[in-house]
Amino acid sequence: MKPVFEYTRGMREKQQHYCPGCTHGIAHRLIMEVLDERDALGNTIGVSPVGCSIVAHQYMNIDMLEAPHGRAPAVASGIKRVHPEAYVFTYQGDGDLASIGTSEIIHAAERGEKFCTFFINNAIYGMTGGQMAPTTLVGQKATTCVAGRDPKQAGFPLRMSEIISQIDGAVYVERVTVTTPGDIRKAKKAIERAFNVQEQKLGFAFVEILSTCPTNWGMTPVAAIDWLRENMIPYYPVKQFKCVEGV
Amino acid sequence: MSEKHLKKGNEAFAIAAINAGCRYYFGYPITPQNEVPEYMSRELAKVGGSFIQAESELGAINMAYGAAAAGGRVLLSSSSPGIALMQESISLIASVELPVVIINVMRGGPGIGSIQPSQADYEQVTRGGGNGDYRTIVFAPSSIQETADMIYKAFDIAEEYRNPVIICADGMLGQMMEPVSLPPAREPVMGDAIREAKPYALTGHRWERERHAINSVWLQQDLLEEYIDSYWPKFEKAERELQDWEEFMLDDAEIVFVSYGSTARITKDAIQTLRKEGIKAGLIRPKLIWPFPFKAFEKLGDNVKNVVSVELSKAGQLMQDVKMAVEGKYPVSLINRYGGMLLSPDEIVERTKKLLEVK
Repeated sequence: MKPVFEYTRGMREKQQHYCPGCTHGIAHRLIMEVLDERDALGNTIGVSPVGCSIVAHQYMNIDMLEAPHGRAPAVASGIKRVHPEAYVFTYQGDGDLASIGTSEIIHAAERGEKFCTFFINNAIYGMTGGQMAPTTLVGQKATTCVAGRDPKQAGFPLRMSEIISQIDGAVYVERVTVTTPGDIRKAKKAIERAFNVQEQKLGFAFVEILSTCPTNWGMTPVAAIDWLRENMIPYYPVKQFKCVEGV
Repeated sequence: MSEKHLKKGNEAFAIAAINAGCRYYFGYPITPQNEVPEYMSRELAKVGGSFIQAESELGAINMAYGAAAAGGRVLLSSSSPGIALMQESISLIASVELPVVIINVMRGGPGIGSIQPSQADYEQVTRGGGNGDYRTIVFAPSSIQETADMIYKAFDIAEEYRNPVIICADGMLGQMMEPVSLPPAREPVMGDAIREAKPYALTGHRWERERHAINSVWLQQDLLEEYIDSYWPKFEKAERELQDWEEFMLDDAEIVFVSYGSTARITKDAIQTLRKEGIKAGLIRPKLIWPFPFKAFEKLGDNVKNVVSVELSKAGQLMQDVKMAVEGKYPVSLINRYGGMLLSPDEIVERTKKLLEVK
């Protein structure tokens, strides 16, 4: 009998610690599938962030290291200098990339670093238990804004893809989501293009993946998918912001 | 070692690092060490290396972490407040046992402080400004020649011990000029050669080995305790094997100065003046300040009347180690300036005489 779905060899056969309905698992798998399809798993070095995906190196079957909170783009810049022919990527959440790590991500883009960043935006701090993130929507509840984010006190959510796309060194910027099979296929295409940009040494490539956090949003996995589509996508439009020819 | 060249300290430090096989430098401008990144920005690419002017010291130390994890020979330089910013990742680099060499051209503090020479980072560099149980190996050179030699050696020590090594220089060593013989150039380990030379490095697994994961987080505390036990013996080995110091007119000394770095040279001048006036003074000069040369104090005899820490720190940061070293056998005093002010030989002589009068 021919199996219809299997582990990709880019994923180690380990039980993941992610909550039911969390989309980290999909994002992990897509990146590993893309690398496997170009036979690059053995020539890849990944950087995991501080946050729920800090132990991504337990799941991804590639060489990896943990960066201090927010510093993954600086760490990747150092790796790429030593191994310019290796595929290098950072995998970062919204607290990591859009709060404590804004300096590192902006300047990696500014330098036109030849690696890819995959930005998981689920509008909340997951690992620490549901605090307000820089991407938490106005009115969205979190443990540090229990009545909902109030812009008078806490300001407005950051749109990172829009910010990164203003920087000349970033040549490919796209925001995707993984809420339907069709969206997942589009997300995979975006990840492929990001690695094409890296392979051709064209500049910095950034893919934002709108993601769910049912646990900290206080919803079932299905309700979380609906909430993302109804609330996040209107504020964070799913689109390609920037692309270079030939990828 | 060949002919001598007249070099500014910071520039000699950069050349020594390149000659030691360093090919990766990451830095952020801060006075008084800017000639190091300036030199590296011009010269590293010529020998196949890379320079990045980072967005901050946080960026620089994390680039160094990435490059060291990838198997590169990495140098950083900064000055006191910049080193403070790096401490998070110095702790992290120690926690995952990677080699980096960091030059701290010390300036006055606390806070933003002054840009003049100081030794008030003694605690920051020897006690670990970062969190958790780790040590950094710290060289304390007192001339440009010695700094260049120590930088050259520091890369090997960093790789042997798989740990950050700090060169604790000061603004005077960085900014002055002296004749220096530069150490010979060595071939760097780069590219595919890293895979064999540094089996711990991240190079891509090529399906030839298990994937490498460099992790600093431990979700089970018992495993972290075990892990700390696994690397701690190297620090005990360093304490046994790396203690190093210079003795100057020590044999019959009744007053023993302890001083490091450029201040130790000024202290030597003062000792010669004191000797001419019949005061038997001598010096212990730590060449490393971690591990501290406790062994140097074991042979001090009954002829010693006073031990005096001479340093550029209000708190007497070096003096705390000196007190531990003498174990209460001798009175310990402090002759110091701070905030970027220097001691002159005359001031040391006068303040020594005053100390002796009080006694």
